[in-house]
Amino acid sequence: MAEPSSGDAVPAAPRLERGDRRLIGGVCCGLADHLGLDVMIVRVAFVLLMGAGGLGVSAYAALWALVPEREGADVRRHRDWGQLLAYKALAIGVCLVSWTSGLAQAALWPLLIGGIGVAILWQQAEREQRQRWVRTTTVPLRRLWLRSLLGLALVIGGIAGFLVQNVQADQIREVLIATAVIATGLAVIATPWVVRLWQALDAERSERIRSQERAELAAHIHDSVLHTLTLIQRNAHDPREVQRLARSQERTLRNWLYQPEDRPDQTFAAAVREVAGEVEDAHGVPIEVVCVGDCPLEPRLVATLQAAREAMVNAAKYSEAPSVSVYAEVEGDEVAVFVRDRGKGFDMDAVPQDRMGVRGSIIGRMERNGGRATVRTAPGEGTEVRLEITRNASRQR
Amino acid sequence: MTTVVLVDDHQMFRTGVKAELGDGVEVVGEAGDVDEAIRVITATRPDVVLLDVHLPGGGGLEVLRRLHGNVPSRFLALSVSDAAEDVIGVVRGGARGYVTKTISGPELTDAIERVAEGDAVFSPRLAGFVLDAFAASGAPPADPELDQLTQREREVLRLIARGYAYKEIAKELFISVKTVETHVSSVLRKLQLSNRHELSRWAAARRLV
Repeated sequence: MAEPSSGDAVPAAPRLERGDRRLIGGVCCGLADHLGLDVMIVRVAFVLLMGAGGLGVSAYAALWALVPEREGADVRRHRDWGQLLAYKALAIGVCLVSWTSGLAQAALWPLLIGGIGVAILWQQAEREQRQRWVRTTTVPLRRLWLRSLLGLALVIGGIAGFLVQNVQADQIREVLIATAVIATGLAVIATPWVVRLWQALDAERSERIRSQERAELAAHIHDSVLHTLTLIQRNAHDPREVQRLARSQERTLRNWLYQPEDRPDQTFAAAVREVAGEVEDAHGVPIEVVCVGDCPLEPRLVATLQAAREAMVNAAKYSEAPSVSVYAEVEGDEVAVFVRDRGKGFDMDAVPQDRMGVRGSIIGRMERNGGRATVRTAPGEGTEVRLEITRNASRQR
Repeated sequence: MTTVVLVDDHQMFRTGVKAELGDGVEVVGEAGDVDEAIRVITATRPDVVLLDVHLPGGGGLEVLRRLHGNVPSRFLALSVSDAAEDVIGVVRGGARGYVTKTISGPELTDAIERVAEGDAVFSPRLAGFVLDAFAASGAPPADPELDQLTQREREVLRLIARGYAYKEIAKELFISVKTVETHVSSVLRKLQLSNRHELSRWAAARRLV
């Protein structure tokens, strides 16, 4: 058995001995030390049990007889007669209340069952958890002596009121008032305890959520970032590949951080970002995407996306520009996508009629879907492809 | 010569920026956290402060809160963050512009000089955010002067978002570069002074983590 110690990190429960901060036989303070509870809680519990058909008395007597006395306990030193008196008054009051109102019979079983429940919970809780409960619950009790005293005063006052009234069946109102006073007193004593307990549970819950998030983050970083860093080291001789890898990882991480709810299969802006990412990966040219507004993805917009992809691929492959700008805008029913590069540009009229790239997959595709595509370019001037389409146009007509 | 203080908690990044900046710009101080930034900026009083959004000790916003108005310096925010709240936050905190860290050396030099002259610098992304934020209204504006963008301002912002430089915008809209600058500065003023809560609500709705 471990030594009874008073520090925060107790390795095992102090053993059950009758302690020396005793009022009567040291049972309560011994039990409190063993359970790691505030002694006041134990005492009040015994007092209440006394109301339950004298259960408290027999329990106390049994423990007193069975539990050994702590070695070297200085019995007289700590006895506080004032406190003993307070508890006695409380006990008498509780007994009177329960006997006169028939509460004993009504309360015995709930009290017993509740007590057993608490005991089971206590046994099942992790040692460390118990320590935490106790730390969070008993500190305020010790600090808030004033509050506790006030509570006790209320309880005793209530009981006194009871005794003075000398209850009859027709004096229900006075009984109720006295009971209310007692209940208030108990509430005053117990409230900080309950609040602390609740806060502790709350803190525990959010801590659990946090650690889940941390685990998720770690998993994500492992799967993506670490993997990419490995690839970068392996491809260190190929600057283009290194840039592509870094860029692709940056995009993934950004999406994960700033657009975690992106659904490229459902919304237009997310789809534009995804297409740009794919082109960037395939051709190694950074594509800066800016989206304003958003709308659900629909078939006509899918065609627009394909045209936009084609424009991005052209810019990345042929323009020789260091980067490509994509601007997508949804304003009411009007959807527009601009793909721009500052590359070498080309002469539209010089493109042979049979070349399908720009005419077929950009201009033709947009027109087939009821949209419009304009290409602005000239040699040395860069290129801007502008795609415009109206949403739901077919339904409106 | 434009004097600049670099505030960024990454030593490597500061070194890189210093090496890339053009001849017209002189770095007179560097800082790696909020307190150091306050000290260095108060001591050197540079024309422009290049301010990282994420800094130990409260972030760029804290630097702005403690210094803006107390020193003659102008602030240009520089960040890797794409979070709307960060971007809109520093600009509303008093920064005269926002650029991403991927910006090239010459572009950054250009941006610094522009800010030093009292103009505003918008990255395509910031322009996109502003368009989004001002479009996200439904309720009538409380103060039309501040709460709405003019047609021209929207056109300018849209071109910035499309990747156009000021010079290209001027050419596109048949106006002078000075006029483009005026429009952008006016948007900046609206962004900083407008009280409409759509702005903050919009930014908050986009906030993550």
